[in-house]
Amino acid sequence: MMKRDECLAILARHHSDQIVVPLYQAAFEWSAIKSWPLTYYSFGAMGLGSSHGLGLALGRPDKRVIVLDGDGSLLMNLGTLVTIAEVAPPNLIHFVCENGTYEANGAHPIPGRGVLSFAGFARAAGIEKVYEFSELEDFERSIADLLEERGPVFVDLKVEKGGDYEYRWDLVHGPESRRAFREALDNA
Amino acid sequence: MSRETGSNRTLLGRDILEAIKESGVEFVVSVPDITTSEGLLRPLAKDPALRHVRVCKEDEGVAICAGLSFCGRRGLLMMQSTGMYDSVNAIRSVAVDYGLPICMLVGLQGALADEDPRESPKHIVRVAQPVLDALGVTQYLLQHAEDVARIRPAIDRAFAESRPVALLVGAMLPDHDET
Repeated sequence: MMKRDECLAILARHHSDQIVVPLYQAAFEWSAIKSWPLTYYSFGAMGLGSSHGLGLALGRPDKRVIVLDGDGSLLMNLGTLVTIAEVAPPNLIHFVCENGTYEANGAHPIPGRGVLSFAGFARAAGIEKVYEFSELEDFERSIADLLEERGPVFVDLKVEKGGDYEYRWDLVHGPESRRAFREALDNA
Repeated sequence: MSRETGSNRTLLGRDILEAIKESGVEFVVSVPDITTSEGLLRPLAKDPALRHVRVCKEDEGVAICAGLSFCGRRGLLMMQSTGMYDSVNAIRSVAVDYGLPICMLVGLQGALADEDPRESPKHIVRVAQPVLDALGVTQYLLQHAEDVARIRPAIDRAFAESRPVALLVGAMLPDHDET
């Protein structure tokens, strides 16, 4: 099993100029792993991260957008997979970090844990490029190509908790993140 | 009986569509709404000047419009009042708390052109504006043809001040092909 922060560290090494939309635990970890001005922390509420990412992908077709979703979050908005498949943004890559829990809210299990298939949901929604990884070496071998693929791309990362990271709610909800992101995007 | 003075011409979807385009809106994100279905959504979906994005649930649209706004692009979320009720948390967090120019065109299912929605005998109509009041969302009511003039200034203001706005369609729009 991979640790999420190991996956994010690999992503950070291969990441170049893409917009990144990380949610909850992925946001706290990403912020510690890579200081990147084109990070959109203001996802607002559970479930909406990939929808924010879709808006960014539509609004800036010249930029690629990486969403780092959570499994509890995605379960709350499964329709987003259908919407993304229909819109078919070539510049959107949607990762879900599947750890089977609501980690930021007490680590309670998600419904359907270990039974449901996010890759199955994505394929059934009409997304053609769907990948699953549970071994770090496989992910590391594939990440460079994944980031170059024409979207929409969906990637299920089967992960477990890594290190401890501070819950930076100021990053998520504070106005400074939005100001900094807007400025970075205007100049990108 | 009418509570408005003036001509009280019928509110038409084609006039709303023109006002939306004149407001610089490029993207319309929608879930179908019976109030605006035939008069507005059907012609809008075929209009090459707008990118129409069909979503499964209305709160997706709140976030899509948020993402667009950071890119300096104008989106409009079209939905029924029921979808707005379902999206209260997204509107609260993304639109209001973050102060983003989320523009919503909301069909008040069951509203009548000559009736104040706040005094409607239908609960679904009567609670729409109080819900938006509670959230702190500025709202404009569209019930007659002359109300269309409110659309462009409302959208311009939302973007100028970076705050959400709700345009409430409080009358059943007649079928576009029959007007």
